[in-house]
This record gives sequence, C-alpha cells and structure tokens, in this order.
Amino acid sequence: MKVKISLSVNGKSYERMVEPRTLLVHFLREELAMTGTHVGCDTSSCGACTVLLDDKALKSCTMLACQAEGHQVTTIEGMANGDNLHPLQQAFHEEHGLQCGFCTPGMIMNAADLLSNNANPTEHEIREALEGNFCRCTGYHNIIKSIQNAAAKMSAATV
Amino acid sequence: MTFIGKSIKRVEDKRFITGQGKYTDDIVLPQMTYARFVRSPHAHAEIRSVDISNAEKMPGVVKIFTGADVAEINGVPCGWQVDFINGETMKEPKHPLLVKDKAMHAGDAVAMVIAETYGQAKDAAEMIIVDYNPLPAVTDAKAAMEEGAPQVHPDVPGNLAFDWELGNAKDEVDAAIENAHHVTTLEFINNRVVPNAIEPRSAIGHFDTSNDKYTLYTSTQNPHLVRLLLCAFVLGIPEHKVRVVGPDVGGGFGSKIFHYTEEAMVIWGSNQIKRPIKWTAERSESFLTDAHGRDHRTKAQMAFDKDGKVLALKAHTYANMGAYLSTFAPAVPTYLHGTLLQGLYTTPLIHVHVNAVFTNTNAVDAYRGAGRPEATYLLERLMDTAALEMNMDPAELRFKNFIPKFNGVEEPGYQTQVALQYDSGDYHPVLKRALEMVGYENFRAEQKAALDSGKLLGIGFSTYIEACGIAPSAVVGALGARAGLFESAQVRVQPTGKVSVYSGSHSHGQGHETTFAQIVADRFGIPLEDVDIVHGDSDAVAFGMGTYGSRSLAVGGSAIVKSIDKVIEKGTKIAAHLLEASEEDLEFAEGKWTVKGTDKSVSFGDVSLTSYVPHNYPEGLEPGLDFSSFYDPANFTYPFGAHVAIVEVEKETGKTTLKRFIAVDDVGNVINPMIVDGQIHGGLAQGIGQALCEGTIYDDSGQLVNGSYMDYVMPRADDLPQFEIDRTVTPCPHNPLGVKGAGEAGCIGSTPAVVNAVMDALSPYGIYDVQMPITSEKIWNILNDDSGETEE
Ligand code: FES
Ligand code: FES
Repeated sequence: MKVKISLSVNGKSYERMVEPRTLLVHFLREELAMTGTHVGCDTSSCGACTVLLDDKALKSCTMLACQAEGHQVTTIEGMANGDNLHPLQQAFHEEHGLQCGFCTPGMIMNAADLLSNNANPTEHEIREALEGNFCRCTGYHNIIKSIQNAAAKMSAATV
Repeated sequence: MTFIGKSIKRVEDKRFITGQGKYTDDIVLPQMTYARFVRSPHAHAEIRSVDISNAEKMPGVVKIFTGADVAEINGVPCGWQVDFINGETMKEPKHPLLVKDKAMHAGDAVAMVIAETYGQAKDAAEMIIVDYNPLPAVTDAKAAMEEGAPQVHPDVPGNLAFDWELGNAKDEVDAAIENAHHVTTLEFINNRVVPNAIEPRSAIGHFDTSNDKYTLYTSTQNPHLVRLLLCAFVLGIPEHKVRVVGPDVGGGFGSKIFHYTEEAMVIWGSNQIKRPIKWTAERSESFLTDAHGRDHRTKAQMAFDKDGKVLALKAHTYANMGAYLSTFAPAVPTYLHGTLLQGLYTTPLIHVHVNAVFTNTNAVDAYRGAGRPEATYLLERLMDTAALEMNMDPAELRFKNFIPKFNGVEEPGYQTQVALQYDSGDYHPVLKRALEMVGYENFRAEQKAALDSGKLLGIGFSTYIEACGIAPSAVVGALGARAGLFESAQVRVQPTGKVSVYSGSHSHGQGHETTFAQIVADRFGIPLEDVDIVHGDSDAVAFGMGTYGSRSLAVGGSAIVKSIDKVIEKGTKIAAHLLEASEEDLEFAEGKWTVKGTDKSVSFGDVSLTSYVPHNYPEGLEPGLDFSSFYDPANFTYPFGAHVAIVEVEKETGKTTLKRFIAVDDVGNVINPMIVDGQIHGGLAQGIGQALCEGTIYDDSGQLVNGSYMDYVMPRADDLPQFEIDRTVTPCPHNPLGVKGAGEAGCIGSTPAVVNAVMDALSPYGIYDVQMPITSEKIWNILNDDSGETEE
C-alpha cells in the first residue's frame, strides 16, 4: 500500500507514491536520487541527514516522508545558486571544514539554521548548536572556523 | 611557481560541499537488489537450526542464503602471521562468511536475505527462525585465559591465538628492575573503542553476465588489497575478472582497511542471483561488526636510578583479538606496539610480552594509531606517574631521558632495543615549544591559586614516537606480513601536457587529490589545475596497497615522485633533441627545459606533444610520456611530538573539562600545512575521546550494551576546545619528499596527555590511577567514596 505525497524540495514541487513507513531521508535519497543528504545512524544522533524544513534544521531521519506533505524542504543540493556557492559552502572550503565530507551536508544545513537565527554567534554558541552533528574527521576545529567565516561573509553581505 | 608547503584549498571539496560526493550507498545499479543480514543476538551460541521457510514467502524476497550454503567457501583470511614464542603456528580459526553451527560473537552473521527493496529484506529477515542454544561467553582477554573459561574455538585451547615477546633478555630486565632506585608499576586497561567513521560500511556486488566480470563497490581504504584477499583467498575467482572500486569513503580510521565477510557475500551472491546486491550497514550493525580498536590489559614497570634516568622497562599485555583474527590484527599488539616501547627515551633494557587472546567479542584490529597509541599510553602514563612518585617535574624527567638529536644522514639512525631503527629525530625542541605555548613557568602558580579557590586544575604531558610510512616489504615480511607494503603510481602526461596520476593510495578524507597534485604541479612546474589524481579503482590504477599507517604521502607520494623523475628523464631526451643540445646542457625548471646560459628553451607541453606526435624525435626512443613506478620504502618513518593537556575537574559533578590542548608535532616535511593541521585536529579529537568518554561496554553475557550513537559517547563539538598546534620539521632522510606522515599523530599523543592531566588535577586527593574512559561518574564515585582517603 502506498500513499501519495506532494512537497517542495529545493524550490521544485514533487508528487510521489511512497510506502507510509518511508523516512524523509530515504525519500530524498531513493525517490528523488538526491544523495547529498546522508544516513549515519539509526538513532537520530549523528545529524548527517540534516535538511531544512520550512527553513528550520531537521534531522530527516526523524520524520516520515508523508509528514512532510505540503512542506518546503531544502537540502544541500539546493544551497548554491547556480555556480555561486552559498557563503557556508564557500567558508567550509576556505577553512578546510571538511575532510571525508560525509558529515558536511548536515553540518552546513544545521549551520544555516543557526546563522538565520543568530547572525553573529560566539564560538560557544556554535559549539552548542552543532551538538547534534557528529564529525569524526575534523575534531570540529575547522568547522567552527568555517561557520565563523560564513557568519562574517553573510553579515558583510547584508550591510 | 612552487606548491610545496602551501595551504592550497582542497580541489576535492566542491563535490562534497554541494552534495555531489559519491559514496557507495549513493550508487544505484540497474536491477539492483538489497541485502539484510540476520545476526546472532547471542555472543556465544550453538545454532541448532535455521528455518527460512516463512521468510522465503515474504513479498519481494529474491533469495536467502544461510551458513550451509557457504560452508564450502573459505573464510576471510588474516593477513599477518605471528607465531608462538615456542615456534608453534599462530591459531587461525576460520572466519566463515556466514556461520553454520556456532555463533562466536553477538553480530556474527547467520543468514543473508536478498529482496527487491531494503524494507522487504528487513521484513523477511524478521521471519527467519534460528534455534540457538546460548553458551557461556567470555569477553575479557585475561579472563579468557583463565582455567575453566568458555572456549571460543574448540580447536584453540585456552583461547590463546599466540604469544609473543621482544627486547632484551628477560632476566637482565628483571635484574635491573630488582636493583633500581625506584620502580613505577601500573596496571591498566587500554579501553576498547569503536572507530565510528560517520559513513557506515557499505558494499555492492555486481556480476556482469555479459563478460563474467565482477565489480565490487565498497567503502574501503584499499581496493586492491580487498581484491587480492577476496579473489585469492576467499572465493578463488581470477583477479583479472574482478574490479574493486572504493569510491568516496566517509572516513575509515582503520576500520575500512580490512576485508569483511559482507564484501565477499555480495560478490558471491551476485553471481548466484545474477543481479547486483547492495548492503549498507545500519549503525547498530557497524557497532557489532566494524573491527574495534585497542582493548589491551597491561601491567608495566619502569625502573629509574636516583637521578631519574630510566634503567629498564617491562610490560605484559593481554591483547583481545575478538572472536576472529581480522586482516592485520596480529600485527597491532606486537610489531606496532612492542616495537615502539623505546619511545623517545634511552631506556637500555626493555622486555615486552604479549598474549593475544580470543574472546566472544567482535574482532579487534588497527584503529587510528594501531598499537602505537597503546605503546605511548603505556610509556607516558608511567612517566607522569613516576614523576609524581619521585617528586620530579614530569617535563624535566622526559628531557633527562630523551635520545639525543640524530639526523640519519651522518649516522645510521638510532637503534632501539626493540628491533626498530629510528630514521631521524630531535626531541627536545617539541617539548620545549609545547611548554612555551602552554606557559608552563606560570602554570603551577595558577594551579595552586585555583586549588586555593576550590578548583582542580591539572596539566598532563605526553611525548610520543610512531612508526609510519608502513612499510619496507622485506622487513614486514620477516615479521609475518603476508603482503608487501610498497605503493604504486602511474604518471601519465597527456599529449597536451595535462597530467593524470593514478595512485594506489586511497583518500577517504586525507585530501590526496590536492596534496598529490601539489607535488606533481611543483615538480613539473605546471598549474595545479593541469593535474588530476585518480585513485580507488582497481581497473584504473595498476596496483595499490592503500591508505593506513600514515603511509600515503611517505610511500604513495614517493611512488609518484619516482614516476615524475622518469618523465623528466625521458622529457630531457626529447627536449635535447628539439633544442639540438646535449642532455647535460639542459636544465628543467618552471615547466621548461632551457639550454644553460641561454634563452633557448622548450616547454613541458611542447615536449609532451612531441612525445605523442613523434615526427621530429630522438632515434630509438619510444613515443609517449607515461610511467609507472613501485616504491618500497627503505625504513619506516618516525614522526614524533609533544602534547600537553590542561583540564579542570569539577568536584561537585566529577566532570572533566578540557580547557586547552597543545600539540607540537614533527611529521617531517610538510606539503600542505592546512591539511596536516586538519589531520592533527581530527586525531586529537579521537584520542581525547578515548581518554574521556569512549569505550565499549560488554555485559557478562557478551552483549555490547552501548552499541549505538545514543549509548556510545563520542566527542561532540561542545566537548572540545579549539586546539593550539605547532610543529617542528625534521625531514625523513630516506624518502624523496622528506615526509613522515601525519594521519595518526594526534590520536597517539593525546590520550595519555589528557589522562595525565586528570591525574594531576586529582593529585591533591592522592589519586593517580583511574581507568579510561575517565567519565564524570567514575571521578564522582572516587571523590565520594567514603571508604577511601579521598574525603576532603
Ligand atoms: S541519520 Fe539522521 S541523525 Fe543520524
Ligand atoms: S568530515 Fe568526515 S565526518 Fe566530518
């Protein structure tokens, strides 16, 4: 038995039939072939699957695809504007905020939420905000710097 | 134009920051099926029967395999043989692809269910009825050797895989300890940790009926090694009929070196059902089956004279192997651990003895550092404890015992008591620099002031050496390795002067696509964009031994340099012909050959084009500009460093906060400082994690009770400070780049530094020995233990 869902992902509308038990993350990865959103755990602990749901960071493994009915989802694939990288993407590159890259999409999406609520977070605030995202490669050091760098870029762009 | 020593931004970043990385689980093949493994819930159990009749009828099921179906197939092999001290052969019980009669650890695979979707495979797996007869289990290595302990493998009496010793005569070491002015003795557990790369392991097997070729996509650190083991040892299929691809891999830290049963099952199964099969671990499966790290139970003694000079060191370790010998497992507690017990010190007498023991737990193998963190922990805990006992300054005690500076050029290097010969080293400056950075001269006063106001501050030191750039094939062969540990590289100059490099190293976060390109662009004097690094595909790359043991740059990079040299040598012949000059009169720099003392020159691009359009060409010279090389290192490389941790322990809660972490590492020459720093950061976090929060917990029945990200505690962003790092540079004298390797350093030095710092903080209470991980619960219990002397 499948159910119909319609939702918007990265500004584009999709209508699909899915099994009711399909998680949002599996819908994105398998139905829409958007594999930038990753699965790192089975306990909603790692944050590799983080996307924006109506501009709020959400672990897409904690939600059924059918619960996203009518919502707007943004994934890592929707962050750049054509060839123009989002300031967070640019900053992760400049500050070497990624190594294997597996946690990176989730980190960037979570940071996007943080910066939309707090344009100029302290190191402490950044660390607290990343509490739900594991990175096993970077020791977080350069991720912190990346987010600080992006915050500076974004506030410079808004003045 | 030089690219060496520059923090060039990584060329691989773009695909990862835009969500276009291609990890194994991202790959979808036509007609693909999905596999789910049924795993034993018991750590030790007889399997009386496996009933798949209901499961087979479930929707979407394609095929179910059980232990009986693969009983005739070989198991996954061990790649390193360490025999008993008495010469007896190492015990090497079969590690079957699926177990048939007996499960040896919780997570042992009993059946494989293949279905049209993963959900269907999971549903069907639930319907398989396995009749288990649970048996008593043993999870601790020491307990497993005791009389009456449960027997893991019927044919391995006493559960002993092998025992091993190294160093000076035991009597001599014992005598020195007996007669010493002071002896420090510690017994400790080097806790078992889970590597936990954030990408779970994944494998896709594809048998192509059109040409009888197999393709395995797998999250591996060494595709060629997996191919070799899979073909030659497990399935007996011809190697040239198998392609192994390690696409983007989301971290490894050792756990993705090894050849796993699931890889063999998807390949074998894909031929049985003539369709591709994908398996991706769920995190709870990763906890049960990704090879774990460490798990040593050690007693060690260090003897000193009255001035604090180390006279002797003796160590005995029970090393937990888990239920099966994983690919490199026997090497870890032996040749990567015992051989490092010289440390940075002039200790004249050393003896180490290891018992490698089977238990009903998941296999233990190399995890970031592999043996060297265990050796460093042993030495550095002893050092700080000895300093405390002898009332000496811990930094001073180390300075006193450091091996004097040597560069390996004017002298042959430093011969240790435990087989290795260090290549080059200059140990005083790293510790000196670390002390400067930490502001040591003021620290003790700050600590005292803090204590007076009720705060427990502590400082901990660690100095370490590691053996990297693994490894000279003949040497490791003599030590039991069943493989060579060289690396291969092909440098193909395209007709237009663009360069494709095929490397046998594998990048899973290390940034090879940038660092290797820097070397090539630098040596050829061409733009970085003109170089492309290809790796991870056994059909594209001639051969490779992969990435582990901090070997990629020292061994893989050196192989690239060898091929570069061959290109330049041949290019010089072509240039000489074009310039109508003799080769001796030419010099190659900045992308062109110039006749010395003139402005006559020919560019790299012109020479490469000529080599492919050889109209006006040296007689007898083959066309083309494409060279392969194999590089077998002359020795290991020996990076070293000094780490210092400052912690605060909160009395009320027992919580340890890492206030500062200072790391001064010497990894030889540095190609890309940004990437090296990143490697250090990541290693530090993992080493700190082992000290403060990580560690498996097995209950008496052999269940891994903290087998999920909810239960197993790893450092999160708010558990760590920004790191303070610096380096000194002592070039490696025996490889062309002078590099030593940086991947594991952070993880090797940091663990004892943190533990030593906590012990220093607790020293006012007379506490100097707490086992890792040092959780707040442990400290709180100790501080609140009313039976002890710890009351305020
Ligand atoms: S996959 Fe969603 S939190 Fe780990
Ligand atoms: S970059 Fe590998 S997990 Fe974060």
